Amino acid sequence: MNDRIVFENVSKFYGEVLGVNRVSFSIPPGITTLVGPNGSGKTTLMNLMTGLVQPSSGQISVLGIGPGDADAFFRMVGYCAQFDSFPRGLTGYQFLFDSLMLHGMADYDAFRLASEALERVRLTEAAGRRIAAYSKGMRQKIRLAQAIAHHPRVLVLDEPLNGLDPMARAESLALFEELGRQGMHLIISSHILDEVDRISDRVILITGGYLIAEGNIHQVRQEVRDKPMQVLVRCDKPELLASRMFSVNHCVEARLHGDGKGVFLRTADIDEFYRLLNDVAIEGLVKIEAVAPADDNANAIYNYLIGSDGGAS
Amino acid sequence: MAANANALTNHLKQQPWGLWWLQARRLTRIEVRRNLLSWRAIWIYFLAFIPALIILIHAVFERRDRFAISDDTMVLAGIVQFYYIRLGIFFGSLGIFSRLIRGEMVERSLHYYLLSPVRREILLLAKFAAGSFSAVLLFGSALIASFALMYLPYGAVGHDFVFNGPGMSQLEAYLAIVFLACLGYGSVFLLLSMIFRNPMPAAMLVLGWEAVNPVLPSILQKISVASYLRHLMPVSVPGDGIFALLTVETEPVPGWVAALGLLLLIAVVLAYSCYRIRRLEIRYTTD
Repeated sequence: MNDRIVFENVSKFYGEVLGVNRVSFSIPPGITTLVGPNGSGKTTLMNLMTGLVQPSSGQISVLGIGPGDADAFFRMVGYCAQFDSFPRGLTGYQFLFDSLMLHGMADYDAFRLASEALERVRLTEAAGRRIAAYSKGMRQKIRLAQAIAHHPRVLVLDEPLNGLDPMARAESLALFEELGRQGMHLIISSHILDEVDRISDRVILITGGYLIAEGNIHQVRQEVRDKPMQVLVRCDKPELLASRMFSVNHCVEARLHGDGKGVFLRTADIDEFYRLLNDVAIEGLVKIEAVAPADDNANAIYNYLIGSDGGAS
Repeated sequence: MAANANALTNHLKQQPWGLWWLQARRLTRIEVRRNLLSWRAIWIYFLAFIPALIILIHAVFERRDRFAISDDTMVLAGIVQFYYIRLGIFFGSLGIFSRLIRGEMVERSLHYYLLSPVRREILLLAKFAAGSFSAVLLFGSALIASFALMYLPYGAVGHDFVFNGPGMSQLEAYLAIVFLACLGYGSVFLLLSMIFRNPMPAAMLVLGWEAVNPVLPSILQKISVASYLRHLMPVSVPGDGIFALLTVETEPVPGWVAALGLLLLIAVVLAYSCYRIRRLEIRYTTD
């Protein structure tokens, strides 16, 4: 069975307004982040993926099945949409139980899976309360619980961290990571790129309805060749290191870190940069504590691709 | 030809009918709960039971002349024909059936159903079944209450009229009319609510169409719920003044033909609704 989410030349127009245009990609299992500003087409892509809207042209298949075959499709797909609304009058538990009963399962199985999902999102204690009385974060959690309750193989999450406090965000990210490790497809769009970026296997960058880059985040960064890579070097003598590194041709910019204990360096030749940095370390002139790419993340790459400065500050 | 028939038979056998039936039952149960056990349904209860309430007030405060039973039979027929069919069931069905799809789009909760492993046709038909059950239960019980309150004050004469006279067959005919009216108007309003963001103006057009339908050519009379129901009335109500328009008998039709014609109309409307829901998109911001 096909294990990919495939878009082939997919376009979506809302009347004369462009949603997405000629988008093609093939997503393997793992965590994929959709990155783009508001109105770029992220939600349209997710709605297309789950059949809530239909393509104007092109083909979509999720693990070899289209949303038209609802019986099979929605057993393996869960979608946590960003609509913050629910059927009236239901408690958290009833909401999950009713959803699961539509799968055709027995009462006991629906009860067990609903309880399990509530436990996973830490909502067991609030399960008997009406959703209308939930906080924004709790509503976000119960939507997530509804999306994962039936153990889907593909989980589509539209801004799943919105409204969550830092603790709940960390728990959700840990859950996503765990699901990704289990071989699920996770498609996530989020504005909180720094956090999602840590767990993503690949990114899809989209702007104005056009896909501008797709793939492993480090590969995508390598492809942005016209933007010198930025590296943060933590050391005891950042000024000395900056002057040493800046003396070579490929190093095009040096900027001290705000705390004075590091320096951001931009280089057009990352391999040569690391070789020289090794030499500096061996010479013992500067004590180097840590080295990390400063713009090797979805946010920076996205900013580069749309033409602004993606460097860390 | 035979090969095609065999292929179709095999295809039908492979379909998960049992699962669809189970899903439809569960959906219907959820929707009936939402239709009937909601404060927002209060006005539909009021719409259904207001004639029974008025009849009850009359029964309490007026003494009945035993010879007035034929007049009251005519009154009850008038209530069914002029109130229930033209107004009560019409607006009650509008409230119940337009909420099923459009109401959930307004509340932005329809996507939960569309993301469940239920075929959209099953979803639509289950919602229609739930709406029909709710409407028939409300208006059917209201009609039974009106009927009982109309004849109870007559005592033995009333009992004789109901159980040894034409009373019971009239009640059965009225219940059949209520059943068909709920299904007929329900299917129309379900479709209208999928086509229009605000189905009310279209519903007013339907109301006007139903009012002038009796004086239209016979071919156009077939596109009307009330015209079929008129032929099923067990008691003919003479119309005076403006009511004359609603009681014009243009082309006599046997009861079974009228019932079959209406069921056919409902089937056509539902088939088109299924086609629409297959193409329905969730765009709450523009809907």
